[in-house]
Amino acid sequence: MVDIEKANAYAVEQMMEARPVVTGVGKALDVIPGMHENLLLHAGPPVTWERMAGPMKGAMVGALMFEGKAKGWDDAEALLKSGKVQFAPCHHYASAGPMAGVISPSMLCYVVENKTHGNKAFSNLNEGRGKVLRMGAYSQDVLDKLTWMNEVLGPTVGAALEAMGGLDIRTLLAKALHMGDDGHNRLDAASMLYTVALAPYIVKVAKDSATASEVIRFLGENALSILNPVMAACKTMADAGHNVEGSTIVTVMARNGTDFGIRVSGLGDRWFTGPAGIVKALYFPGFTEKDANPDIGDSTITETAGIGGFAMAGAPAIVTFISGTPKDAINTTLDMYEITYAEHKYFTIPALDFRGTPTGIDIRKVIEKNLPPRVNTGVAHKDPGIGQVGAGVVTPPMNIFEDALVAFAEKYGY
Amino acid sequence: MAIIKSEIRSGAYYDSAVLMQLQRSLAGLPGIQDAGVIMGTDSNKELLAHIDLVSPEVESSKPDDMVIVVRAETEQAALDAIGKVDELLSRRKSGIEQEFRPHSLETAVEMLPEASWVLVSVAGRYAAGVAREALRLGKHVFLFSDNVSVEDEIALKKQSTELGLLVMGPDCGTAMVSGIGLGFANKVRKGPIGVVAAAGTGLQHVTSRIHQLGGGITHGIGTGGRDLSEKVGAATFLQAIDLLSRDPDTKVITLVSKPPAPKVAEEVLKAARNAGKPVVVNFIARPITSQRIDNIYFAGSLDQAAELAVKLANEGAALEDQSDLHLERFAPGQKYLRGLFSGGTLAYEAQHILAGYLPRVYANAPINKELKMPNSFESIEHSIIDLGEDEFTVGRLHPMMDNELRIRRLLEEAQDPSVAVILLDVVIGYGSHPDPASELAPAIVKAKALAKEAGRYLEVAAVVTGTDEDPQNLNSQVEQLKAAGVWVSTSNEAVVRYVGRLLRALEGAAAAPYAGKPVDLGSLRKPLAGINVGLESFAENLAAQGAPVLHVDWRPPAGGNDRLMAILERMKK
Repeated sequence: MVDIEKANAYAVEQMMEARPVVTGVGKALDVIPGMHENLLLHAGPPVTWERMAGPMKGAMVGALMFEGKAKGWDDAEALLKSGKVQFAPCHHYASAGPMAGVISPSMLCYVVENKTHGNKAFSNLNEGRGKVLRMGAYSQDVLDKLTWMNEVLGPTVGAALEAMGGLDIRTLLAKALHMGDDGHNRLDAASMLYTVALAPYIVKVAKDSATASEVIRFLGENALSILNPVMAACKTMADAGHNVEGSTIVTVMARNGTDFGIRVSGLGDRWFTGPAGIVKALYFPGFTEKDANPDIGDSTITETAGIGGFAMAGAPAIVTFISGTPKDAINTTLDMYEITYAEHKYFTIPALDFRGTPTGIDIRKVIEKNLPPRVNTGVAHKDPGIGQVGAGVVTPPMNIFEDALVAFAEKYGY
Repeated sequence: MAIIKSEIRSGAYYDSAVLMQLQRSLAGLPGIQDAGVIMGTDSNKELLAHIDLVSPEVESSKPDDMVIVVRAETEQAALDAIGKVDELLSRRKSGIEQEFRPHSLETAVEMLPEASWVLVSVAGRYAAGVAREALRLGKHVFLFSDNVSVEDEIALKKQSTELGLLVMGPDCGTAMVSGIGLGFANKVRKGPIGVVAAAGTGLQHVTSRIHQLGGGITHGIGTGGRDLSEKVGAATFLQAIDLLSRDPDTKVITLVSKPPAPKVAEEVLKAARNAGKPVVVNFIARPITSQRIDNIYFAGSLDQAAELAVKLANEGAALEDQSDLHLERFAPGQKYLRGLFSGGTLAYEAQHILAGYLPRVYANAPINKELKMPNSFESIEHSIIDLGEDEFTVGRLHPMMDNELRIRRLLEEAQDPSVAVILLDVVIGYGSHPDPASELAPAIVKAKALAKEAGRYLEVAAVVTGTDEDPQNLNSQVEQLKAAGVWVSTSNEAVVRYVGRLLRALEGAAAAPYAGKPVDLGSLRKPLAGINVGLESFAENLAAQGAPVLHVDWRPPAGGNDRLMAILERMKK
């Protein structure tokens, strides 16, 4: 019989000791192992075109238009339906993408390397808020922005990162958690720290001062600038704890807008999936719950690594999303200690007397306490082409943890 | 015709979530069709345009401006809504803050480490699991839940006695620990009476009566209704008696229960005898054979139990100690009685009285047929022999006239190393032997000498029935017997009770002390703090009594899915 406690202790230790450093920016085709010309990556567990959520379809259409493979919806759909262009979860390619999470071969991606264990992970560049590809919008202005990001933003930031010798994301996150961020939905401080760290190098490497100004302004104005490198960083941490024989720790939580899926360290690359929930949210002007797409995105890799909703006690400003009080933020984090294996060594929460964040979701505890992980997230419109409509909280379906526990019992003979 | 009104606030920064909140509040006001609250960025203004919430004022707003815009049915509604903005922005939700509630005992114990009690009132099928967890964490358990299997109860109590922890229940409705009531409990003043009860309302009634009578209690320990069954074997009852006997604040112990299994009753009474304090016993519906046996007072009702307890506590009841019994004279192994009677009724009454002291007394003419001696000529264990019965009088005079047979049996019994006491009756008067003591006394001296030679002490007790006007003269008989070293009385009851006490004391001296790990008295005497799992009102009750309490937001493990629960259980092993 395996020693679950020992396996979990090891898996979580691996996750915490991972030291992700964002080292540069490269073309997906060049940097993501296994990426090819006719492959799109997407958020969440695998899904068919027929079952795919509106915003993800929209993002895929936009990506193919961006790649120059399609002119609009119909020929993009034909390519995707015929299998001429394939699509697969980011998580199958050591990647993580927010919301629709669509990464196409030409897109520039952040490269994050775990300096402790050597594994890498990737994520695309963040487009900012509003009408964006990741929310399913694919109009010309959306594509134009992507082009600018690929031609101006990405190369400049990549050169700056190389010039500075990479940026330690774990250290940056640890600081940001002391500045009111949760590391997922609220990254105001982290994005500023990121911009401040990059700015001197951007000024050096940019082809002219106008470009430098433009890039710095874009990074500085977008409170989610650092979300993507953070997700890739969390992916390297979670991967460091994956495939530990006998471990019941969750190493992936991801949604594709149709299904919510998890992977468990001791159960290899098998997905356990269930229906993605509707987010309990506050909506932008003119939108209601009827417009909302179910839960979508790979950003729950942050909760998997012990931040995001799990670190909410350090980000009291977030609670207004859920009509709560700062006390609710504290309670959310306290709740998550009930289902996690450890307290993070490096991510701490001042309001909890610098207690480490709840880290390493243990499927046994989730089942035993009947308490699913808490996820804070943005909400995309259910129809392609519209974009974000709100933000709020959601929980994964319980059946995915139940199925995983049963599979674990079968595999290990319990 | 819809009216659009807007207000621009320059340089007012609010978190986007606050803005969305405000927007939702505005949209909910009477007469408002839609509302938008944004910072005046281009993309935000575009959003407003899509839903027809634009005005020239809105269009000219800048990214630093907070834009508030409403579309209303009337101008007044629009103005009213805009006028509410400050009020809505400053509204605080204090007062509805929810304190954090742990989801597991483990977390609760971390949060309230001083808690030494866990109150469990979840559905029966989950209760044993929660109780086990509480024991594992070193806590006493108040187990209110019913529908817990007797197997689970046995296992829990086995574990708890090994750990020196109390499991009160299952199906324990009430308990009181150091003045704090658990479950259904009355506000009873503190005082010197400790109560142990296998009956919930029984405990409530007795303690309430004690209070009404001006008394008070140290602890009221509930055990659950099945505790005194043969299967459970009074595990909690015995623990509680041991605990209260060691508690310096408890001066009187009161035991309340429905009739226990006979074997278990004997165990409980044995423990009560060793308590070293007055113990009032009310086994409801069990006939009383004695009002009092040493430190044990039998009450016929709950009310009487309360009255007796209060009276004893007030009077500081002087316990008869056992020094008059001189137990040291006896050799190890001496424990049995042999009663050699000439009078059938006296023998019969002796059996009846002794039933209150000894588990089994055999007889050739038994009250209870199950206790008939297989052979009247061979004593076993405690035996009472009526030598006036037919089997002895065939071809022979009645023992009231002829002492020979009794003397022979006396000397025989005296040589049995397990015999401690010989009980005789001497009935005088017309028709009886002219001077029975003159024959019996020398025989008794000889019997005692035989025992002494063998390193034993033989106690001989006798009741003398007659008057000072009888031909044999009562006083003369008594004097002769006393001179022979006999414990004599003219009261049958007094003699039998003396013998009963003596024999029981001999048995008690040999009885093992409480076998489980003693419950730490300190854990009951310190201020009570508890962790509540189940009925929320129990937590509220504790809080109302000023006791620190933490309510666990408990959910059935695995949502009550048996298969998953079984897997989790296996994974824990």
